[in-house]
Amino acid sequence: MASYSTNEFKSGLKVMLDGDPCSIIENEFVKPGKGQAFNRVKFRNLLSGRVVERTFKSGESIEAADVHETDMQYLYNDGEHWHFMHPETFEQVGADEAAVGDAAKWLKEQDMCTVTLWNGAPISITPPNFVILKITDTEPGVRGDTASGGGKPATLETGAVVRVPLFLDVEELIKVDTRTGEYVSRAKD
Amino acid sequence: MKGAGGNGDWRPSADRALLELRAELYARVRDFFARRGVLEVETPVLSAAGATDRHIESLTTRYVGPGAPAGQTRYLHTSPEFPMKRLLAAGSGPIYQLCKVFRQGEVGRRHQPEFTMLEWYRPGLDHHGLMDEVEALLAEAASGRLSLGPAMRLSYAEAFQTYLEIDPHAAGNEELRVCARRWGLGTAAGLAEDDRDGWLEWLQAEALEPRLPRGRPVFVYDFPASQAALARVRGGPPPVAERFELYLDGVELANGFYELAEAGEQRRRFEADLEHRTRAGGATVPADERLLAALDHGLPDCAGVALGIDRLLMLLAGAGSIGEVIAFDWARA
Repeated sequence: MASYSTNEFKSGLKVMLDGDPCSIIENEFVKPGKGQAFNRVKFRNLLSGRVVERTFKSGESIEAADVHETDMQYLYNDGEHWHFMHPETFEQVGADEAAVGDAAKWLKEQDMCTVTLWNGAPISITPPNFVILKITDTEPGVRGDTASGGGKPATLETGAVVRVPLFLDVEELIKVDTRTGEYVSRAKD
Repeated sequence: MKGAGGNGDWRPSADRALLELRAELYARVRDFFARRGVLEVETPVLSAAGATDRHIESLTTRYVGPGAPAGQTRYLHTSPEFPMKRLLAAGSGPIYQLCKVFRQGEVGRRHQPEFTMLEWYRPGLDHHGLMDEVEALLAEAASGRLSLGPAMRLSYAEAFQTYLEIDPHAAGNEELRVCARRWGLGTAAGLAEDDRDGWLEWLQAEALEPRLPRGRPVFVYDFPASQAALARVRGGPPPVAERFELYLDGVELANGFYELAEAGEQRRRFEADLEHRTRAGGATVPADERLLAALDHGLPDCAGVALGIDRLLMLLAGAGSIGEVIAFDWARA
């Protein structure tokens, strides 16, 4: 198995720590002038999302994690797994709830997502930054009111709930920023 | 175009104000030593001998030409200590040097492979006498920029007892590990359980330094004999190395010794360090025979200290990383 020495550590590097795939988020070189050198490293556990800090004597090595990101198309949910397909190889993978997490509420069939694979299996899903979704439930629209603030909650076709302006109505399409969960604009399909 | 030069990295990493701060610091340092009758000297950057220190690696280069038709390895100095001691042995009197030094493998927020060191030697002073002078220099360097409280001095044992609640000389290896856990360090992968100095150095860097008082220079002196480096060892119990470190705002700024003058003991330390390096799989380097010859001839009783100028500039400027005070840091060199 490939491994990385502390000299190769940098943020974004994917390594194995305590049996879990992790991404290095910070690597600090620590050395008393006359003493032993160390690397103090912050990792994000790619399965749990938790951040842990570990120290290594400089020169130590750590096992590489076979983790990579790939763009795949979301196909469907069979009730247990969310299925994605590579647009060129047509290879399919099924992601479970732990991998999909909060991304589930933004997943619309045919949309391209970033799938993080560990040893070929999906461990996390990143939806597109912007998605266009249909409003399935909201209070009736207030015609002509395009200016007043406030807004109202709207349930979207994927189950997500976002705050939208008062003038919007059921069946309308809107553009949402998935990173913030905020309404961006009205959309035409 | 990506890479060197193509993404704006031709620009300096330090701004104009920091270049001025550096120039003014150099002027203050030179004025300080001129008033005190300490002679500015320069010594070779490319030495035939390398650093034998266990934890300091020399960068090397190769000379080919007259005198070495087949080529010869030269070692970039990691500090000007050995040739400066040869000057002292030859009767130079008090001397200082402001120069670039080079260390293999050291890059970080407070480290650069190429950095500026101020090193000076004072015949007739021991490490306590030299701490007085370091404090005076620091006061002049900081004057008008940082208001510093009076320096605090505590022994290595007092520092560990006060801030980490452990006796660093008496504690067993297990107690050191418990202490590391208590102060939130956990374990360091690759650090052997019986590597006593390694654990002490880790505690010092990661647990002690951040807990030292800020806003005033803090001198920690009388290190474990096993960490003597080039300092004299005073008989115990426990025996201690007459060595000091200076910290300011939790940053290690300087390291000083009441200098070992005995050639036989120096040779034994070279040999022990080289043996340690071999065991640890490090590079073997030629020890400085000319230093040993100079010590044989006679080094005057003296104390010496090396101070990291870039780190001092960081603190004076309130900079977060060493690259900000260097015109072109390692990534842009």
